[in-house]
Amino acid sequence: MIEIEGITKRYDATTVVDDVSMVIEPRTVCVIVGTSGSGKTTLLRMINRLVEPTAGVIKLDGNDNRSLPGYELRRSIGYAIQGHGLFPHRTVAQNIATVPVLLGWDKDRIKARVDELMTLYQLDPQAYGPRYPHELSGGQQQRVGVARALAAEPNVLLMDEPFGALDPIIRTKAQEDLLAIQKRFGTTIILVTHDMEEAVHMGDKIAVMDAGKLVQYAKPEEILARPASAFVETLVGASEKPFRLLSLGRVRDAVEKGTAEGEAIPGDASQRDALAELLWSGRPALPVKGDDGKPLGRVTVDGLVKRAARPA
Amino acid sequence: MTLRFDKLGVVIAAIVAYAAFFASFATFRANRIVPGEARSIFEALPPTIGPLLLAIVVVAAIIALLKTPLVLRLAASVVALVALAILIGVAGTFLTPAGNTFARISPASGFWLLIFAFTLLLADVLTRLNLSPLARVGVLVIAALAIGLLLISGRWDSLSILKEYGNRADSFWAEGSKHVTLALGSLAAAVIVGLPLGILCHRVERLRAGVLNVLNIVQTIPSIALFGLLIAPLGWVAAHVPGAAALGIRGIGTAPAFVALFLYSLLPVVANTVVGLAGVPRAANDAARGMGMTDRQRLFGVEFPLAFPVILTGIRIVLVQNIGLATIAALIGGGGFGVFVFQGVGQTAMDLVLLGAVPTVALAFAAAIILDAVIEMTATKRRVETA
Amino acid sequence: MKAWLPSLLRLALVVLLIAFVTNPGWFEPLLKPLTENNAPAIYNQGSLLTLTLLHLRTVLIATVAATIVAVALAILVTRPAGAEFLPLSRSLVNIGQTFPPVAVLALAVPAVGFGEKPTLIALFLYGLLPIFENALTGLTTLPGNVMEAARGAGMTGWQRLIKVELPLSAPIILGGIRLSVVISLATATIGSTVAAKTLGEVIIAGLLSNNLAFVLQGGLIVAALAVLIYDGLSAIERYTARRMGQETGE
Repeated sequence: MIEIEGITKRYDATTVVDDVSMVIEPRTVCVIVGTSGSGKTTLLRMINRLVEPTAGVIKLDGNDNRSLPGYELRRSIGYAIQGHGLFPHRTVAQNIATVPVLLGWDKDRIKARVDELMTLYQLDPQAYGPRYPHELSGGQQQRVGVARALAAEPNVLLMDEPFGALDPIIRTKAQEDLLAIQKRFGTTIILVTHDMEEAVHMGDKIAVMDAGKLVQYAKPEEILARPASAFVETLVGASEKPFRLLSLGRVRDAVEKGTAEGEAIPGDASQRDALAELLWSGRPALPVKGDDGKPLGRVTVDGLVKRAARPA
Repeated sequence: MTLRFDKLGVVIAAIVAYAAFFASFATFRANRIVPGEARSIFEALPPTIGPLLLAIVVVAAIIALLKTPLVLRLAASVVALVALAILIGVAGTFLTPAGNTFARISPASGFWLLIFAFTLLLADVLTRLNLSPLARVGVLVIAALAIGLLLISGRWDSLSILKEYGNRADSFWAEGSKHVTLALGSLAAAVIVGLPLGILCHRVERLRAGVLNVLNIVQTIPSIALFGLLIAPLGWVAAHVPGAAALGIRGIGTAPAFVALFLYSLLPVVANTVVGLAGVPRAANDAARGMGMTDRQRLFGVEFPLAFPVILTGIRIVLVQNIGLATIAALIGGGGFGVFVFQGVGQTAMDLVLLGAVPTVALAFAAAIILDAVIEMTATKRRVETA
Repeated sequence: MKAWLPSLLRLALVVLLIAFVTNPGWFEPLLKPLTENNAPAIYNQGSLLTLTLLHLRTVLIATVAATIVAVALAILVTRPAGAEFLPLSRSLVNIGQTFPPVAVLALAVPAVGFGEKPTLIALFLYGLLPIFENALTGLTTLPGNVMEAARGAGMTGWQRLIKVELPLSAPIILGGIRLSVVISLATATIGSTVAAKTLGEVIIAGLLSNNLAFVLQGGLIVAALAVLIYDGLSAIERYTARRMGQETGE
């Protein structure tokens, strides 16, 4: 659990982060959204003390984060940034091993962990371990960056626009991978982005920041349904709201009894994808199949449109 | 009020303390060759003036030591430097026995360290003031005028280096003008040849590596060897090409020195032209082509103006390097300030070495400041225009 | 040009250089036409091999000392504690580069006398500047997100310096050392005017006795040394830079 209590950061006369308090539950993904200059990155960097706050306290599992020297604290917290920041003079394996080496793990343990993470990220340790970062594609570099941040099995992972430099297709894949790994390790993730789409997609909770202040901190549905201010409303994008709301739900939750013609859609797909498919193909209903391929029922345009309406 | 120390000030104060109290201020020699005897500030200056100088440098050092306003630091360094410059002349007159023309007085380590310490302070202040290019040239002109005034006023005439000058006043100016002619002339020749060569190298890729490699190798030949090696071919030209000798081309002397400096100058000019042209943004070039400029219009209208600051940097490198290298011309009879340096080394007369070295350093220094200012002005102008 | 040609040329140059300094007699017929009045074609007042080794030793000592001091200074002014000195050190480097090597050499003589010492001082001082300047460039232009990652991974200041900053700036620092060595090799010849034992002795003997063969052999040995060392250091530089996926300035 991360408790942020009355955190403020001032540089001379400018207040970058203004009295922010929030609690992040363990094993959840919290996304901080805001425009550039909203103080979201500074807030993130105060958690691992890359920036020291002017006032306020941050507690990790009940302990003040100032009870350790900054560098020791940072070794216990994963940190991944935009443009990945891989060390160009070290191989992929050495890059991933950075924090375990700093912590003095023994060789076998480091190698086992590096191999595990690389395999998890679909990078063959034999082939890619000895390569240098510049020999990888952008998507691979990003994966190595996240693998490096996770190497020492941190409970908390901080991410600053980790997918910012990726093209849309690789970005979607990277987001899926991250969610899968978060489920597997149970890591608490705090992710900074300016992209509301990403926030709605990734976050268990979303914190919206504007001019250093925390304007709203709530579940995605809540943010979409009841934006706390005009600023949040703009950020959400009025014309996008129903579709974003649909993207939060799975098809399996919208299944109705009955059958329909044509190719079945998997129950795990988002309701938004299902609606898109229905509208595009001009059909009133689609069959839905479960993980095992068995039919679950169908989804209809009418049913989905009702779900896209503002929640009560 | 709490006193806070300036980090650089600690270094300066330490140097000043050592130089003022433990090092010698001036050296006295019975004639120009014998070993010197050290004189402290009190021994070197009249009883009233010695303590005055000591007070000035100590106060200036304290100003440097503490965190003080820039203006105060500027004043302290200037006052200390002026006092040192005037009083070293006073020391010369004071230490020279009346009517003795053989005695030599020269500044000693303490004096040089004090000058170094306060120049450091001045340099720090000027750096922190972040002067505009024109203001920097202004400071240079003021400093040059001040030194010129001191020289004309005759206050330094009792110092050894000026006695060496007094014995060689005519040849000093002759060698000086030869030095400047060598440095500037070879630069001009290098620009005339190097610019078109650089443009050609930029356009014709196959030529580039070859030309740059050859020029690189020329740079690795030690200067004295290159000077010497040119004696033979130029001697041959003088003897066999009609009219060459009449133009002043000879095996030894100025001609091989000129050619050697020219060859050394080519690399920075050509290389910087190539780098500058290669650095022109592709978008600017594409836009120029898209608007229908011919190659020639593109070169003069777009590429060359954009590459100009980089080319100027090459010219700065060449000029400063040439002013230094021209000293070596003296070894093959090419003249220049090197004549005094090598004569001085030969006679173990260090003041004579200084007579050659000081103007060389001063020239190179002035050239660097002026060209840096010009480069900065052209570069800022470009930034403003593209902004 | 075929890929193996440059390597072959380098190898040939090494062999030729070694043959020349160990057995200069073999080359006498080549140099004889350059002499007049039956003057000796091969330097006869000392062994070329000894002079070459002394020359290299002088350059090596000066460069090692200059590298240690210059890199240490550059590290100092790029730490928070020394940051105050950064602007001044930049101006000093700019000023320092205007001092011609000959002047530095000549001015060192009054301080330490004739011989190897003033040469070492001049080479050291003059060698400092390119290395310091490059080390400064290297340490101040590190990629921001890499440094951010290093801090975020929990490296201490010292660990960042040793594990990230120095390795990343290594190619640029090496470039400075390469420049410094080439300048030193040439400047060391001038050291012979203040009685240092270097290859300059051969060239100056040639100038004084009007013996072109001496000038040529002294000059060519130094030039060959410079080309080979320049080449070798560039290769190391390219290797370290390529490993990091950086473009070299070549």
